[in-house]
Amino acid sequence: MAFDPQLAEIRFGCGLSPSHVPMRDATAMLNGLLKVDQAAQDWPIPGFDGVFADARAYSAARRARKQAVDTPQFAARDKALNQQRALMRDHQADWFIQRLLRCVTTPDGFRERVTLFWADHFTAQGKIAALRYGATPYVETAVRPNIAARFEDLLIAAVTNPLMLHYLDQHRSTGPNSRRAKRLASRRGLEVGLNENLAREVLELHTLGVDGPYTQQDVRQLAELFTGMTYNLKDGFRFSSGHAEPGPETVMGQSYGGDDAGFEAIQDALRDLARHPATASHLAYKLAVHFTSDTPDPDLVAHLTARYRETSGDLMQVYAALLEHPAAWVFELRNVKPPFAYLASACRALGVPAAALRGLNRKQVHRLFLRPMQRMGQRWEFSNGPDGWSEADGDWITPQALAERMRWCMAVPARLMERLPAPLAMLETALGTRSNAQLRFVATAAETEREAVGLILASPTFQRR
Amino acid sequence: MTKHASSSAKAYSRRSFLTRSGLVGCSLAASPLLTPVSFAAAPWDSRLVVIILRGGMDALDVVQPYGDPAYAGLRSSLLGGPQNGALDLDGYFALHPALAPLMPLWQAQQLGFVHAVSTPYRNKRSHFDGQDLLEAGTPGLHERRDGWLNRLLQVTPGVEARTAFAIGQGDMKLLQGSAPVSDWSPDAQIALSPQAERLAGLMMEQDPLFHAALGEALDLARDARDNAANAARRGKRSRPHQRIADYAATQLRGDTRIAAFSINGWDTHNRQTGALTRALGRLSDTILTLKAGLGAGIWDKTAVVAMTEFGRTARENGTGGTDHGTGGAMVLAGGAIRGGRVHGHWPGLDEAALFDRRDLMPTGDVRAQVGWIMRGMIGVRHQDIANVIFPGVEMTTDPGLLRL
Repeated sequence: MAFDPQLAEIRFGCGLSPSHVPMRDATAMLNGLLKVDQAAQDWPIPGFDGVFADARAYSAARRARKQAVDTPQFAARDKALNQQRALMRDHQADWFIQRLLRCVTTPDGFRERVTLFWADHFTAQGKIAALRYGATPYVETAVRPNIAARFEDLLIAAVTNPLMLHYLDQHRSTGPNSRRAKRLASRRGLEVGLNENLAREVLELHTLGVDGPYTQQDVRQLAELFTGMTYNLKDGFRFSSGHAEPGPETVMGQSYGGDDAGFEAIQDALRDLARHPATASHLAYKLAVHFTSDTPDPDLVAHLTARYRETSGDLMQVYAALLEHPAAWVFELRNVKPPFAYLASACRALGVPAAALRGLNRKQVHRLFLRPMQRMGQRWEFSNGPDGWSEADGDWITPQALAERMRWCMAVPARLMERLPAPLAMLETALGTRSNAQLRFVATAAETEREAVGLILASPTFQRR
Repeated sequence: MTKHASSSAKAYSRRSFLTRSGLVGCSLAASPLLTPVSFAAAPWDSRLVVIILRGGMDALDVVQPYGDPAYAGLRSSLLGGPQNGALDLDGYFALHPALAPLMPLWQAQQLGFVHAVSTPYRNKRSHFDGQDLLEAGTPGLHERRDGWLNRLLQVTPGVEARTAFAIGQGDMKLLQGSAPVSDWSPDAQIALSPQAERLAGLMMEQDPLFHAALGEALDLARDARDNAANAARRGKRSRPHQRIADYAATQLRGDTRIAAFSINGWDTHNRQTGALTRALGRLSDTILTLKAGLGAGIWDKTAVVAMTEFGRTARENGTGGTDHGTGGAMVLAGGAIRGGRVHGHWPGLDEAALFDRRDLMPTGDVRAQVGWIMRGMIGVRHQDIANVIFPGVEMTTDPGLLRL
């Protein structure tokens, strides 16, 4: 079993498309990651600064409205705040479509897939209205530019991004003996202290893994080391030494920082965690599960682990190890596509024109994509926790979620396209050598073209990768 | 430390029951999910309905403490009490007029409240975190990734997928976890022509996961359709929350013992009067629809428990609303409930008695209240409640919320 171009697009890319010839070999796929990010240029999304601009405008509008309570200006300011909310919801819908379009139109689907993988690994969400739609710009800034770097660079970018600090409460964490804690205690009688959330998730989810060799003491020490990382809406990320717990901290047997240590000590600790052998095993397993099967071949996992350890987490090398291993090329399609990837691959297989997607307004984006995705179990930008979306096939194919997938397949393609593709041709486009006699029978036995196309997209073969 | 949700445990999340119930590898023809269903009877007989009121319900406007001398000073446009149209409950508390349709239940002692309760969530006031903590049932945030209602199932023998049902399209985190549960929305449709349905079945035959889910979806959709048709025949208006309640009742008449769903719309920063009236109308409809759907026999052994992520500020704000607060109230209904009273310890509304001089002071933990309800209705062991379901909860004396 070796590289198979069609399978490569299905399993490691965004699916087959009538507009693109599959990548020739693994080298071409890997090289795609080193080239200019054409999809991002074609379908731009602002970086995290864009969200901060929205958030600042939102806060200002809210403040202005609050100040106008019981004055004649209130109604106008109330309206202005609502307009700002509407603008932010428009942005969210717009950014969703840009991400969808990248998957639908790219010749380099592997880039989109690894971006989605790492975005999920480093799940962060907005918990307040001002940052509610921050997840996509966060991915654009913290994740996407680092997918071909070393894991430690990706880790540092994600963990120090304001959205992550906000999501996992790091900006509230203050060293119990920090200057800030002492000042608040003496002047206002307030007690402030550590919040361990980010430190725990960095060890448990982002690096060593839930069964990794760390203790509660490591969590505590890392939380102390992390104090000082904060953000505000004006400047974004900032290291505030006033929040920082003085003195060195010991994490996984290694001492970091000292009395006047700053952000460098935190970066050092993150680099060491990224290079830890347990991190290699944890990430190798996750990659193997994500790209091959819920129960991955142990030899593939061992192969990825070894490459990660040998290269200190050089992600390009790890991807190369993934693409060269025979277990990556078993013919049978296993993993169920999660809703976003599923809908993107459906639009791609149908050849939905980019203009049709670009032309959707916010309401249509919700009706045709975001609400169906939520009913399929994937609320866009809001997974159920910092561990991200499930990889388990059974979590996606529940009765309710499958019903919604089928409803979408029967109804939405015809809304997106003036003319649906001919079912049999579309079947060959969408599934290539995975097409079979039974699917061809279904494609011809359906009563209408709309149902035939819907059934192809609803087939287990198309829903797996 | 608490280590939670290992990757293997995660693989067994709520939606994976189909793959774990022995379907994979066994004969599909023999699968109970593909044929007219007959499930094993549930391991207990009482019914528990948990309703999450998302948005932070203002307890002081729902169960109005008009007998508290400080109450009138805190509310102006939101001032209630019998002189403003509220329904007197016990000479001290009055009920928001939008719950008037529930007064017969109060008089029958099948409606009660627990006042001044909250989760352990304090001082941060984010809906997101507040709801996460309410559904996780832990002392602090991010300690477990499963929900307390699922952990109840984990410690209860004889549980099947149909024992507990999450209803509607929102995620019910309180039911997520390794124990099998079902979920469906009465508004979900599968919308296939008979021919497409046949072809889909054929296409999925070779894939047990898809085949089982399709069979179950078709069954559930058919039930929901019949349900809606029956409701229409009985001349019922059919709004989404009523369809959910009706659907819950149908399931609870069968083998389901626990149903959970949400009612949104409690975040009343501005013009609270209108918004709260609408939200309470939905709650009132929901309870009455459940009661009608369950029938007297089952209603008598049912407890409906409605709770919210936090209360709201004691003082009305400048826009006829209230802001995020702390202490709130639970709404209890059902024949199993010891109603006709406002439970809980009333802390008073003097400024010094308020939490942070701002919110109703929580004097009870919602987790302890629910713990006692589960103990009384399902017979869960005390140590399972305190160690597994609601880790670290303090259940000192039985608050007497049940008739049993």
